[in-house]
Amino acid sequence: MATSELVQVDLPDKGLKARVTARRDWWWIPQALTFLGFSSFLIYGNWAAWQGNHYVYGPYLSPFYSPELWGNSPHAWFGPLPQWYPQFLPYSPALLILWIPGLFRLTCYYYRGAYYKAFWADPPGCTVAEPRKKFRGENSFPLIWQNIHRYFLFLSLGVLAILIYDAFQAFWFEVPAGLSGPAESHTEFGIGVGSLVLLTNCVLLSLYLLGCHSLRHLTGGRLDSLQRKPIRKTCYECVSGLNKRHMRWAWFSLFSVGFSDLYVRMCSMGIWTDMRLF
Amino acid sequence: MQFRIWRGDKSGGDFIPYETEVTEGMVVLDAVHQIQAESANDLAVRWNCKAGKCGSCSAEINGHPKLMCMTKLSDLPPDEPVKIEPMRSFPSIRDLVTDVSWNFRVKKQIKQFKPRKPDADDGTWRIQQGEVERVQEFRKCIECFLCQDVCHVLREHHLHDQFIGPRYLVYTASLEMHPLDTEDRLAELKQAHGIGFCNITKCCTSVCPEDITITDNAIIPLKERVVDEFYDPIVKIYRKLTSLVPGSKAQVRDSSG
Ligand code: SF4
Ligand code: SF4
Ligand code: FES
Repeated sequence: MATSELVQVDLPDKGLKARVTARRDWWWIPQALTFLGFSSFLIYGNWAAWQGNHYVYGPYLSPFYSPELWGNSPHAWFGPLPQWYPQFLPYSPALLILWIPGLFRLTCYYYRGAYYKAFWADPPGCTVAEPRKKFRGENSFPLIWQNIHRYFLFLSLGVLAILIYDAFQAFWFEVPAGLSGPAESHTEFGIGVGSLVLLTNCVLLSLYLLGCHSLRHLTGGRLDSLQRKPIRKTCYECVSGLNKRHMRWAWFSLFSVGFSDLYVRMCSMGIWTDMRLF
Repeated sequence: MQFRIWRGDKSGGDFIPYETEVTEGMVVLDAVHQIQAESANDLAVRWNCKAGKCGSCSAEINGHPKLMCMTKLSDLPPDEPVKIEPMRSFPSIRDLVTDVSWNFRVKKQIKQFKPRKPDADDGTWRIQQGEVERVQEFRKCIECFLCQDVCHVLREHHLHDQFIGPRYLVYTASLEMHPLDTEDRLAELKQAHGIGFCNITKCCTSVCPEDITITDNAIIPLKERVVDEFYDPIVKIYRKLTSLVPGSKAQVRDSSG
């Protein structure tokens, strides 16, 4: 240890019988909601990612599948899956991408605190007794890896840029050739419910990503004074402002990204009809 | 109104039922004083300002770490006895009084403020208000130690010898982020002060009577600085490479220790 060791505190049994907590409020509600929220997203997300179909409808591309590197839709960057890809291996374009936002959220400071409580009971609630005696915190493997959160931020910002491009594309609808117009097919501007769903998703994702604690550190938190750096100061203040509501945006954007996939999927399966507003 | 107050000392104790008349506007500390006057003259309780500013009257009320002088009886459920007990992360002295001296020993181990050379000939510094705003929040701390009490690293796991606790992470942040300070506390934060034990579950923030955003504004920014210094793989590679260049900042820094 670098300085002298901290002093041990003698905590004798204070005559308390083993008890879980003296709290009488419904302390477990937030943890139960977190557990339900995450579990449902994980189940739906996994299911949707493995489907490998119904992720495109008209100009809409599901955010789970973007960027589509290899795939069968017109959105695929490099066309269909190459021949050399082993037949026996499962494939879905989502599998190549989803680990980026997945690991970003897994290492997010807000989510960490929330799932340590809800999934690991570490602690189950404030001043609530824990089921395990041993505790290593984020000091050793594997949780020490939480420290590379910033790199998943960089990758996720890249994915976000692509999703913003997709949302832009979602406003350009294909007009087939010959129908009361020019002989060649072309695209025209339009607004469908799906365009708005994808746009809202991008806005919510931006509010979440741009309030990241690591970004806050990089824009200004790492410096003690931003006095002579007006641009960084403004960035730091904006990120800090979003950071205050990081939990809210984390949930809203999780919901919106799942819903965007569901929307495209339902339209593509013909269960929901996409309304064209303009 | 009914109360159950923990009475005892190091060797043990129990909750004793009391009853006292309460009037509008009373706080828990008032009730404790009234009980002390009426039926428990030897009840030990520590207090000072009765205004939420001295941080002496910390206790656990119905399982919530709180200042007794700032907890209104009207905010507690009237139909069940109010349970009052001492902070559970510290050794008991007697009744509601705990021995919080561990905290002061911890504080002594944190490297002190080391300002840069004075800016003016008269030995003073020039600093803008905007520069110190970030650390000003941390100076609101009244050392009530409620955050230390609620933190599960201390409360449940008793890692008092490896973790300085939220209060002292706030204190370290107030020094480490101070624009005049030149000391480097990152190695201690990682090792002796055990910042990695904090798993950012924010119980400390939720109990702070001064509303200091302990986790988001002090602990996480410090964690990020520790990452810069010790965990970021690319920064590490970059430092290795630049330290090969003679005369580079990194080489000077490496050779100076
Ligand atoms: S956020 Fe960290 S310091 Fe605060 S109570 Fe939780 S583990 Fe303890
Ligand atoms: S940080 Fe808040 S809770 Fe902790 S000792 Fe200071 S005032 Fe009390
Ligand atoms: S008596 Fe001073 S804080 Fe309660």
